[in-house]
Amino acid sequence: MTPLLEVDHISYTYSAGTPFAHKALDDVSFQIHAGEFIGVIGHTGSGKSTLMQHLNGLLKPDEGQILLGGQDIWSDKKFTRACRFRVGLVFQYPEYQLFEETVYADIAFGPKNMGLDENEVDRRVREAAGFVGITEQQLKASPFDLSGGQKRRAAIAGIVAMEPELLILDEPTAGLDPRGREEILDNIQAYRQAKNATIMMVTHSMNDVARLADRLLVMSGSRLVLDGTPEEIFANAQSLVDMGLDVPEVTRVFLALEKMGLKYPGVYTMEQAVRALTQRKGGGGHA
Amino acid sequence: MESAVEVKNLCFTYPGVEDTPGVAVFNGLSLTVEEGDFVAVLGGNGSGKSTLAKHFNAILLPSGGTVWVCGLDTAKEENLIPIRRQVGMVFQNPDNQIVANVVEEDVAFGPENLGIPSGEIRQRVDSALENVGMYAYRLHAPHLLSGGQKQRVAIAGILAMAPRCVVLDEPTAMLDPKGRREVLDTVLRLNREQGITVILITHHMDEAAKAKRVVVLDHGRIAAQGTPKEVFAQVELLHSLGLAAPETVELCSALNRQGFSLPLDRLDAQSCAQAIFDAISGEEKT
Repeated sequence: MTPLLEVDHISYTYSAGTPFAHKALDDVSFQIHAGEFIGVIGHTGSGKSTLMQHLNGLLKPDEGQILLGGQDIWSDKKFTRACRFRVGLVFQYPEYQLFEETVYADIAFGPKNMGLDENEVDRRVREAAGFVGITEQQLKASPFDLSGGQKRRAAIAGIVAMEPELLILDEPTAGLDPRGREEILDNIQAYRQAKNATIMMVTHSMNDVARLADRLLVMSGSRLVLDGTPEEIFANAQSLVDMGLDVPEVTRVFLALEKMGLKYPGVYTMEQAVRALTQRKGGGGHA
Repeated sequence: MESAVEVKNLCFTYPGVEDTPGVAVFNGLSLTVEEGDFVAVLGGNGSGKSTLAKHFNAILLPSGGTVWVCGLDTAKEENLIPIRRQVGMVFQNPDNQIVANVVEEDVAFGPENLGIPSGEIRQRVDSALENVGMYAYRLHAPHLLSGGQKQRVAIAGILAMAPRCVVLDEPTAMLDPKGRREVLDTVLRLNREQGITVILITHHMDEAAKAKRVVVLDHGRIAAQGTPKEVFAQVELLHSLGLAAPETVELCSALNRQGFSLPLDRLDAQSCAQAIFDAISGEEKT
C-alpha cells in the first residue's frame, strides 16, 4: 500500500551560505499511513516545526523528497498548491491568525480559497464548527469576542473545514488550562473518528501523546532519532530523559517502582497503571 | 511585620462598553501574602487570576475594598511609583517584555528609569544576570535567545530594580519543558536565597506543587488554599473546577477508586512509587 505521505532523506539548512547557517533537518526519513495518529516530540530547536513546514510545502528541502500519495510535492506548481489543501497545518497559537469580521467568515476563508461553491463552503463551515464545539451564535460573533480557548478552537476549525487528509497540529494545547486542553484533544479525537483522518500532533505534553498517539516520532539535534509505538518509545524512558525530554509522570513512578523491584513493562498511561496495579492487588477483585 | 500583599474585600468590575454591562470579577475577595512567601495561584481561564495579579502593582485599581502592597494602599496615587519599585511583574509572552537590542541594556532599562547612578546600574545588571544564569549572554541579542532564556532576562530586568516581591503571570505557558524548569528553578532560588516574595500564577500543577502555599481561584472567589499537599488532596474539588491534581496524586486517587487506600499527598514520582510499593508489599505479606 502506498503510504499517505513519505519523507525521503530530507535535509534543510536555514540561512545557507551565511555565518548564521543552521542545519535544522539532517537526513530525516519516515512514512505516514492513512488513519495513523502520530505524536511528534523533541525539545525546542530540535527541528520539529521545520519538519512540519516541509510536509505541506511551506519550506522546500535542500536534499531529499516529500511524496504525497506517491508524487513529489514539488514536482509541479499545481500539485504543490493542492498539497497545501490536502495537508492542513495548524500553527502554534493559531488564534493570532484570526482576522475576519465573524467566526463564520474566518472558518470559511480556507474552503473559499479552494474554489468550492457556496453550499459546500457552508456545509463545511458548519461541520467544522460542530467538531470544535463552536455554536451557531458564536459563528455570528467577532472572533475577537471569544475566550482564549474558543479562539483556538475557531482557528482549528478553519483548517478542519478544508478537510485535509493529513491534519498537522503544532502544540495545539499550549497555554490552555486543563479543561481547555481536554476540550481541544476531545475535538481532535472526534474529527479523527468521524473523518477517519490522519493526525500528526507536535507537543511537549508526554501525558497527552502517551494517551492519544499510536506512533511517536522523536526529534533531537535536527535528526529523527526514534520512531515507534508509545510502548516502544517509553520503554526507553532513560534515553528520553538523556535527550532532555520529559517522560510521562506515570512512567517516572513506574521507573521508580522498577528500582524497588516491582516490574510492570509497558505501563505509561494512567489507565494502564490502574489496570496493572489492580490486577496485582488481587485479580481485580476490589474493582 | 507588614505583609507583602494584603487584599481586603476586593471588588472589581471591568467597565462595560457603551450600553453593555460591565463584567464583575471580584466581589469581596480577601487574601494575605506574607513577606518571603511563595504562593502559587491556580484557577481555570476566567477565574480572575490575571486580574488579581494586576492589582498587585496597581495596573488595576479596586472598585471596592483595599489592596495594600508592602503596606502601601494601591488606590493612593502618590503610592504608585513606590509600589512599582517594590513589585515586579513577569508576563506570559517573553517577546512582549523585551525593549532593547542587547541583553544587558534590556536589564538596565528598569534601574535607568528609577534614576539610579550609572555605576550602581552596572553592578545591579551584572548581579541580576548572574542570578538568573544569563551573565554569559549579556552582550547577546535578546530576540535570538530561547523562550526560557528570554524569560530569565525579563526576570533579571526586574531583579535589577531590587523589588521585594515578584509577580509572575503564567511565565512558562509558552515554554518547553526545559525552559519551564529553567524559569521555575530561578524563581525558587530567588525566594529561598534572597527572601523575595513570589506570587506565581500558573496552569501547571507540578509548578504549584513546589510553592509554599497554593491558592485556588474560581469565579473570583477563593475555592481552596493551603499547602500544596492540603490543596491537591482535594482531587474531586479540583476536577469540579476544571483543574487537576499533579499526575502522581491523580494516580493514587484513581487507584483508591479501585480499592486501594493510598495517601493523596505524594507530589513527586519517587514518594508516589514508595506509597504504591508499601501498599502492595503490605498486601502480599498479609
